[in-house]
Amino acid sequence: MAQTLSSQTAQPAKHNQSLKAFAIVGAAVVLWLVLYKVIQPFANWLSYGLLGLSPASHLGSSLAFFFYDVPKIILLLGGMIFAITLLRSFFSAEKTRAWLGGKREGVGNILAATLGIITPFCSCSAVPLFIGFVESGIPLGVTFSFLISAPVVNEVALVMLFGMFGWKVAGLYMVSGVTIAIIAGVVIGRLKLERYVEDFVWQIKAGKSGILPDKPTWVQRFEIAWASTKEIVGKVWLYVLVGIAIGAVIHGYVPESALVSIMGKGAWWSVPAAVLVGVPLYSNAAGVIPIVHALMEKGAALGTVLAFMMAVVGLSLPEMVILRRVLKPQLIAVFIGVVALAIIMIGYLFNLVM
Amino acid sequence: MNIKVLGVGCDACQSMVSDVERLITRLKLDAPVEYITDVEKIISYGVMSTPVLVIDEQIVMIGHRGAKKIEAALQQAADTEK
Repeated sequence: MAQTLSSQTAQPAKHNQSLKAFAIVGAAVVLWLVLYKVIQPFANWLSYGLLGLSPASHLGSSLAFFFYDVPKIILLLGGMIFAITLLRSFFSAEKTRAWLGGKREGVGNILAATLGIITPFCSCSAVPLFIGFVESGIPLGVTFSFLISAPVVNEVALVMLFGMFGWKVAGLYMVSGVTIAIIAGVVIGRLKLERYVEDFVWQIKAGKSGILPDKPTWVQRFEIAWASTKEIVGKVWLYVLVGIAIGAVIHGYVPESALVSIMGKGAWWSVPAAVLVGVPLYSNAAGVIPIVHALMEKGAALGTVLAFMMAVVGLSLPEMVILRRVLKPQLIAVFIGVVALAIIMIGYLFNLVM
Repeated sequence: MNIKVLGVGCDACQSMVSDVERLITRLKLDAPVEYITDVEKIISYGVMSTPVLVIDEQIVMIGHRGAKKIEAALQQAADTEK
């Protein structure tokens, strides 16, 4: 009796709590929209009004660019990372594994690459995830499609591309990332590389507990999304600031089309070079994009830029070191080679058609 | 009470270990914290995401959900033990 009573009183309290949470989030959305509207006039007022600089001067145009881009990108990152992590709270690696179970090659690769975008994933979980997938009978190639797509389609890179290049380039980046993950996964699957997976992986019998993380309430989803937003923005804001500062200098001081000869469509070697330079820059995607944006204004080609972007986020040394625990060096080499080739192909394709 | 943190050495795993250690001292619990990085052992719990908080062989949290949640889980486990 006491129990039913307590649960009855608990119900409305819980209801109130989630109403309050929705109200807070709603108010935050409105505030966000207002702030977003006033950035441009504010940046212009700050540089041309308050500081009295001329829009035609190098310094004036650099500063206005900086004052506009910094709050805009930080706002975009905050708002969109919150939305993305909120969406991700409806997915989990365990659910993805269940969906992928029994799918054959092809369909499986497409599904895995798509789920890679929305499944919460951190490269530190790559090993348990790899074993969990393979051990439950998901083909190696399908597993790789997921493992490639998850980091290649990076949320910070996506938001920054959207903020600086618009939704078309952001969309292209997402579609290319998924395409690369599908192609590379199918190729790796066809090569029959199972023998290059460390032997212990095939012997593991995972605990068949089939534990799913608790289904979170809306309040918890908001909390999760807010915590990840704080964490991600906290980690990247400095890179954003430095990157935009460098970008602003390029924007104001480097002459138009100065880079056409070295980073334009005509320079065939610029795509592979961009991939080579991009690989060691892992985790600095946030700082790299504003610089790349400024370079593009001065004549760099879109395909080169996208290839660079995907190499920065998709092929990272730390992830390779982690994956080395389950993959033999030969398979790591094939993995890097196939992904790099796919990125280079996509880069050329865009330079050709755009 | 037997407390384990399963993780492979990422930032979130490290911070879960330090949060748990800090909270154990604060709640005055007499329990050693074991940090398990062995992949085979982690898999044997049937999880695919890390970090994972295990109290008395029960998985109580997958992913770092904040110090408050960890505190609540530790407190609850301590209460049931009494």
